[in-house]
Amino acid sequence: MNAAPKRAGSAIVGVAESDLGVVAPGTTPLDLMGQAIQAALADCGLSLADVDGVFGAASQLRMPTLSLCEYLGIRPRYYDSSYIGGASFQSLAAHAALALEAGLCNVAVIAYGSTQRSARGKFAPQRDMNDYDGLYNPRLPATGYALAAARHMHLYGTTRSDLADVALAARAWAQKNPRAFDRRPLTREDVLNAPMVSSPLGVKDCCLVTDGGAAVVMVRADRARDLRRKPVYLLGAGEAQEHHSITQMAELTDTGAARSGAQAYAMAGLSAGDIDVVQVYDAFTITTLLFLEDLGFCPKGEGGRFVQDGAIAPGGVLPVNTSGGGLSYCHPGMFGLFTMVEAVRQLRGECGDRQVAHAETAIAHGNGGVLAGQATLILGTSSTI
Amino acid sequence: MTGTPGRPPITGGSMNRIERSPLQIWQDRLRANELAYQFSPDAGRAVFYPRLVCPYGGTAPLEWRVSSGRGTVYSISRVHPVKGDPYPVALIDLDEGFRMMSTVEGALGEPEEIGRRVRVTFRPAEGDDAPPLPVFIWEEAQ
Repeated sequence: MNAAPKRAGSAIVGVAESDLGVVAPGTTPLDLMGQAIQAALADCGLSLADVDGVFGAASQLRMPTLSLCEYLGIRPRYYDSSYIGGASFQSLAAHAALALEAGLCNVAVIAYGSTQRSARGKFAPQRDMNDYDGLYNPRLPATGYALAAARHMHLYGTTRSDLADVALAARAWAQKNPRAFDRRPLTREDVLNAPMVSSPLGVKDCCLVTDGGAAVVMVRADRARDLRRKPVYLLGAGEAQEHHSITQMAELTDTGAARSGAQAYAMAGLSAGDIDVVQVYDAFTITTLLFLEDLGFCPKGEGGRFVQDGAIAPGGVLPVNTSGGGLSYCHPGMFGLFTMVEAVRQLRGECGDRQVAHAETAIAHGNGGVLAGQATLILGTSSTI
Repeated sequence: MTGTPGRPPITGGSMNRIERSPLQIWQDRLRANELAYQFSPDAGRAVFYPRLVCPYGGTAPLEWRVSSGRGTVYSISRVHPVKGDPYPVALIDLDEGFRMMSTVEGALGEPEEIGRRVRVTFRPAEGDDAPPLPVFIWEEAQ
């Protein structure tokens, strides 16, 4: 068994979203996963009959591969529903690559679906908080990220205005994405004056709450070349499971993305300077800053200054979260898989107004829990292999 | 479970049955207005939250100790609940080398308060059997 997948041993060949935003009454997470899987298979010219590997995670499904395969009427040879929150999907892609290379399956799908917006009030995400933290009523997950943001401000002089730059960049990208949920004009004052959730984070520092799902299809590299779309190769993958409760995180401004990113870069033989397009899980404005630092796009502590003046917005020095991200495009409970969908589309050159020119490499970073589970993928076009 | 009726159950190996859980022991100490934590003799460092297994690789049983209750604000936020008034939630680094979530009475919940010294006090229980709640006040407070 390999310790890590082989560089470019497998590729993402199909991607799709399901309905996003607010879905029809009665739609289930499985409906959205099924819809996305069908579209992702059509994207690459495969069908459900080809699928023999099923990978999924979902906050509303306790046994996601069981319920999903029942819904689809398939009995895959291989399945995995490892669950580390919103980073599950990058992690599952790494596992799928290993399974494909080992011959445990030939066509793998990774799927997610959620009706978190429509189910508000009816469905409460599991919060298995320990008995010691729970006494003080943190508003999780926001308070966990707020504590990290406050610490970043204390150590590095980061300001709420710096955080607002992240929200403004995401909105500017969303305005170029027809599928983005919130494309309304947004000003710095709107962000700074928005109602507080857990200081220093206000409502506009927090991701959207939407419905939605997505799916990606992966095959071994040799088969990828024969399918309908330009393959996007898995060049690097890394995973880091750090803690569960925010109280157990050694330093709130140093995330496991440094560890998962280092693994992914080493496997890919690339460094941050080689990456053309960046997709990082932006559950909150602070997470974008932390991941830009920990994935090497700016020095530790410089994230706030790095994002000033539209540096990560359209036309800036580094294209980050070109879909509009969890802050403005969609955030149905977990966003990890959507970073992979957008990275693939950018590398295929399918992104229209928001397309990054000459995009050959992309990073898609997932985050789970309160900065707890981290998983990083590096993807590339055929020119990178 | 194996065993004969009327005899203690067999639990295997050298494992002792948990007679009183880590949470119960911590709460017992709270009822005496003591903030307890654990110490790993193998690792030579504090452990919190209380548990059975040393998270630093040690094998010797964790020891229970009582904190001085003095520490420093590591980070802090002002939480705005959907209903009701905002309140501070903080991470406190105790002088014995462990971190816990708590609140600081009278704090604003602003980053400027990070690094300030605090000491523990015990807020009377609200529920029937609940132990007092350890909360913090500014060190210089009366």
